[in-house]
Amino acid sequence: MKTASPSFFKATMAIVQKDLSAELRSRELLSAMLVFSMLVILIFNFALELDPDVREKVTAGVLWTTFAFAGTLGLNRSMAVEKDRGCMDGLLLAPVDRSAIFFGKAISNLAFMLIVEAIVIPLYGLLYNETRIFQPGFLGVILLGSIGYIAVGTLLSAMSVQTRTRDVLLPILLFPVAVPVLLASVKASGGLLAGAEFAEILTPLNLLIVYDVVFIAISFMVFDFVVEE
Amino acid sequence: MIEVKKLVKRFGLKTILRGLDFSVQPGEFVALLGPNGAGKTTFLRILATLSRPSLGLVQVAGHNIPNQAAEVRAKLGVVSHLPLLYPDLTAEENIRFYGRMYGIPDLEERVTEVLEMVGLDNRRKDLVRTFSRGMQQRLAIGRAVVHDPEVMLFDEPYTGLDQDASEMLDEVLRSVAAKGRTVVMTSHDLARAEDLATRFDILSRGVIATSAKHEDLKNTNLLAFYKKSLEA
Amino acid sequence: MQTKPLTLKILDVASIIVLAISTYLALVFAPTEAVMGDVQRVFYFHIGTAWVGLVGFVLAAGTGIAYLVTKDMKWDRLEVAAVEVSTVFFFITIVLGSIWARPAWNTWWTWDPRLTTAAVTELIYIAFFMLRQGIEDPERRARFGAVYALLGGLSAPITFMVIRLFRTIHPIVVGSGQGEKLPLTSDMRVAFFFALFAFTVIFIDLMWHRIRLGSLEEKVEQLKLNVSM
Repeated sequence: MKTASPSFFKATMAIVQKDLSAELRSRELLSAMLVFSMLVILIFNFALELDPDVREKVTAGVLWTTFAFAGTLGLNRSMAVEKDRGCMDGLLLAPVDRSAIFFGKAISNLAFMLIVEAIVIPLYGLLYNETRIFQPGFLGVILLGSIGYIAVGTLLSAMSVQTRTRDVLLPILLFPVAVPVLLASVKASGGLLAGAEFAEILTPLNLLIVYDVVFIAISFMVFDFVVEE
Repeated sequence: MIEVKKLVKRFGLKTILRGLDFSVQPGEFVALLGPNGAGKTTFLRILATLSRPSLGLVQVAGHNIPNQAAEVRAKLGVVSHLPLLYPDLTAEENIRFYGRMYGIPDLEERVTEVLEMVGLDNRRKDLVRTFSRGMQQRLAIGRAVVHDPEVMLFDEPYTGLDQDASEMLDEVLRSVAAKGRTVVMTSHDLARAEDLATRFDILSRGVIATSAKHEDLKNTNLLAFYKKSLEA
Repeated sequence: MQTKPLTLKILDVASIIVLAISTYLALVFAPTEAVMGDVQRVFYFHIGTAWVGLVGFVLAAGTGIAYLVTKDMKWDRLEVAAVEVSTVFFFITIVLGSIWARPAWNTWWTWDPRLTTAAVTELIYIAFFMLRQGIEDPERRARFGAVYALLGGLSAPITFMVIRLFRTIHPIVVGSGQGEKLPLTSDMRVAFFFALFAFTVIFIDLMWHRIRLGSLEEKVEQLKLNVSM
């Protein structure tokens, strides 16, 4: 039989589809992320006493903290699935560029993160009668922030699953490096909620885009070094 | 088919393979035997392009490793003691996924064909997590041959299988995986290796210590040969 | 047994001498600052340690790239030395900064861009060591360390820019920008530049020792392996 190496795009999509259909069936990862997110918000509700004037200031921060925590849960799980039964070797044995594997995993991780956000944000809006979070600018910032967070998170989770300390290590590696993306997102989305002019949030927005571009590019370049032996 | 010259592999300061020479003709079935820590798995991972050689020449199916790793991978099938399957996907979804990763044309036909070959056609819609260890290993063989590779590598394929499952696996290995291909297998199960292989290479202290063809073993059995090689 | 090279011995002595001179310049020679008083004197060492901490951080990212390209373990030893030495210096910087901040800003700590970036950088360093600790294979340890140092080196400047959006009260000594300017008299300048020079010498000396220790460690491992063979 004649086989040709699949195109970069096809291999990437094969991985995404594989991850999504496996998750659709088990729902292990998404349900864990969702329940965890709700618990975090519940804790914030009482810890910060989220009454209207407090919420004014902290909504963006509460949401981003929740997403960051839930995100590490998903990132860990998604990479552990590949590692535990040797599936990562299976992927590496395929005649495709290693960065197709990175993009495949990153896109599925992003999909999981966005699904969780698509449920948590309306729920938050409902619970606190907060309609301003449905504006397109706010959602756009959430998307940009998630992209950067997932790009560097996917790379680091591929590293952390190969260490002795595994799950414990991912947040420790990820949070200090992801500080810019989290803070810029909080600044930009917080500004939008406070009704700031577009010009005011332009700087954090630009930094967010810079971070996304730089870290997608660098993750793409160094992923080879993370999976090779 | 496989040509290895003066292969050295180091992990940090530890040298696992020390100038190993190895060659396999097309159609041969070579059993790679040796004690734990001799470097069998490391060697197989290098042949599989999963690990880089530190020094030396490695050629598989006419392509150099690591420079032409992608070409090698397209012609290579690997069965290890781990199934390399996704438990939350069905049997056919697993095969289909790997088929897509190898860019196989007429994929649906090939999926059915492969499942029939390993005798899992009637369980194709079942989740792999519900499969027994033996069935998973058979499906793993199906996964490894989905792109009809020229070279097969088996890394301890019997690990964790009971007697019945091992026999069933033997059957599939012989009829599906090994047929018309070049095979290198590592195993601790000397009896099964003796049954399957046409040549036995003993790996010890990072080099091939001795090598014998199946027909040369007429007067003695593999166990005696194995023991003698390691004593030397 | 390898004896200590003569140049290194000379450098050891030189380090002690320049440190002594720098101490004298900072504590006695430089005039007392008019507004802040004697506490301003910690500033000379604060800048000196911050400077070498920064150099070490940039060096770590650079040697990370060098390792990934060449796969030569000497870059790994250099990288570990750079991170280890500058972790300590950065810590000293933060402590000295706090000592100064207490009377000047009436607080030990403030979430200012420089302070926060220094703290985040320190956390990246700690994560770097935790990552390396979890990996047995020295070659993989070097690879992952290099990748992480590179990520850290890229995210730290963006962190700084993002936090600047929040607020600052840190005085600006070098370069321009808004914020409180710290005027230096000519005698202060002598103490200032000498501190930079002194800490550079000390940094090189410590780096050298650490690299030498790394090579000796490797030699011991090698000898142990030879015995066990």
